[in-house]
Amino acid sequence: MAVEDTRLTATRRTEARWIERIPLAYWVLGLALLMMPAFANDFVLYQIFGWTFILGMIALSLMFLAGYGGMVSLLQMSLAALAGYMVAIFGTSAIETISMGWPWYVSIPLALLVTVLFATICGWLAVRTEGIYTIMITLAIASAFFYFTRQNYVVFNGFSGFNGVLPPDLFGVDWRGPKAFYYLTLFWATVSYLAVRYVSKAPFGLALQGVRDNPRRMAALGYNVTAHRVAAYAFAALIAGVAGILLTWQSAQVSPGTAGIGPVVDILVIAVIGGLRRPIGPFIGALIYVLLKTFAVDVLISLGLAGERFQLLIGIGFLVIVFWSPDGILGLWDRWKENRGRDPLTGERRER
Amino acid sequence: MRAFASRHPFWTALIALAVAILLWLIFAVWPKGLIEVIGRKKVFLNALFNGITLGGLYFLVASGFTLIFGLMRNVNLAHGSLYLLGGYVGFFVADWTGYWLLAFPAAFIVVGALGILMQIFVFRRMEGQDLRQTLVTIGISIVMADLMLWGFGGDFYNITPPEWLSGPMETFFVTGQKRSGDLVYMKYPVVRIAIFAASVVIGVGMWLLLNRTRIGMMVRAGVDDREMLSATGARIQLVFVGVFAFGAGLAGVAGVVGGTFQSVAPGEDIRFLLASLVVVIVGGMGSIPGAALGALLIGLAEQFGSVYFPTYAVVLTFLIMVIVLAFRPQGLLGRA
Repeated sequence: MAVEDTRLTATRRTEARWIERIPLAYWVLGLALLMMPAFANDFVLYQIFGWTFILGMIALSLMFLAGYGGMVSLLQMSLAALAGYMVAIFGTSAIETISMGWPWYVSIPLALLVTVLFATICGWLAVRTEGIYTIMITLAIASAFFYFTRQNYVVFNGFSGFNGVLPPDLFGVDWRGPKAFYYLTLFWATVSYLAVRYVSKAPFGLALQGVRDNPRRMAALGYNVTAHRVAAYAFAALIAGVAGILLTWQSAQVSPGTAGIGPVVDILVIAVIGGLRRPIGPFIGALIYVLLKTFAVDVLISLGLAGERFQLLIGIGFLVIVFWSPDGILGLWDRWKENRGRDPLTGERRER
Repeated sequence: MRAFASRHPFWTALIALAVAILLWLIFAVWPKGLIEVIGRKKVFLNALFNGITLGGLYFLVASGFTLIFGLMRNVNLAHGSLYLLGGYVGFFVADWTGYWLLAFPAAFIVVGALGILMQIFVFRRMEGQDLRQTLVTIGISIVMADLMLWGFGGDFYNITPPEWLSGPMETFFVTGQKRSGDLVYMKYPVVRIAIFAASVVIGVGMWLLLNRTRIGMMVRAGVDDREMLSATGARIQLVFVGVFAFGAGLAGVAGVVGGTFQSVAPGEDIRFLLASLVVVIVGGMGSIPGAALGALLIGLAEQFGSVYFPTYAVVLTFLIMVIVLAFRPQGLLGRA
């Protein structure tokens, strides 16, 4: 009886409730993010953090494909822009001749559906070849999307795109208000982060990582390699699509420039700077990128350089990261932790 | 060719028919009915010629790209920047010296030297890491684009060809018939024809170099199996540097050609990078004849697209790529 009792408590202690298993760092970060509106001003909330979460989500979709699927796709920004375009076309915008003006509960799911369908087709094309070809094919598709939206006036309204694309007036909240938009983007960023974490540990995600490491062996085990890769594209497109709709609402407009070659490559830069190994990396990269983009001009001018040299700064920073730490900032962090855990004399791991 | 004909009689007939129709369209005087359906013959012939000459330019850019990829598995996404740099170098050399022809060797040497530096200081350090090399080339292209914008500004530069190459030339292609019964012949810019001829010469020269010389043999062996080649004692690093310099130099030469055809301006680097990507995907990675075929197809598609259905011109190029990828993922002349 007594033995039984201790065994029960023992199992209960190892199987702590899920809420107790969340590490302390998550609580701190979560609380800090939730409390942010109390001490940050509107500009920081709307421009810095809103934009960080959105770019982070798009880069997260790239991280999912590249980190777990081994497919570096440059298509994610175009998918985001496509979702934005679809919301503008199916929903309401200032271009009344093209916009259909359907309610949000029709236009948003439809926009996401179109985005996922397009990504599935592109993914199916891209996975027909392997490895390094993926970058080329997705870059070609992304630039074709850019040139097409710029040329086409019937559906995509050409060079100027759509403006006046506003979020629906749900629950009587103005979702473009700084605080509301902050929480909206925070919510979706958290959802996509958790979704990617969950999927990466679910059977599908594990099989995808197996496909990344050894496609032939996975095929021999009976997994459909192509289907897993295409499904990864579809899942990533969903995240990119949600982010694209948020991005369109943030600036209230979407135009070919949204998915120009510059932004398309920027997403890759963000994901690589942050680190392609773990889903938190893209958000770190996005924060660095947004901070640089917002404040680099002032810093450059104060150093006596022209403010337009921002791209140069980004490019050199990217080169430095790729050269010395291919896993991005997270890789640097890991290496630092690894080194700290070792004894400086013997090089062996210290007991903790 | 005979083997192909006996194996695919249906396709051969279809191709022969298409060629016959094309020849008729080019040489015949168009009847009234046809003109009503697809417009005047002059427009058609101009689109055809522009497409072919643009294809020549695309070939110059893409052949360097495909050569570098084929040997080193390095997707050089800075290739467009090399093209643009060649254009700027060509413009300033032609402007200072007054000799248009001098722009070509100058651009070839400067951009080729940059290629050597890139190969020695960047790519040799990360050999075999495809993804990392590609990421580095993206970084280089961002930095180069901004440096060039800084140095040369956002203006359009036009390289003017010399006197003896400017102006139109009468060709023997009939575009129509006057009321009096005289035939009207097409006029076409001399410089475009000259440059197209030059790109054909370069293409043939490259093919001969690759297939008839010892260096070409080494390059081809390296494309197939570079470990084995280095095991036989060939100095593969030297071959790598040479091929990278040559491919980069070709991009520089193409920049001069592009600057004469059209103009040199920021943004052109991306355009030509995209063009060479599509050309190489369509034609087949690492294949010079594939690059020629792909360049011709894409050049024609772009010109005909912009003449006959302007809003969807890009889609036509894209569609060709999709069809090729769907049915022949390794490219038209690529090896599986």
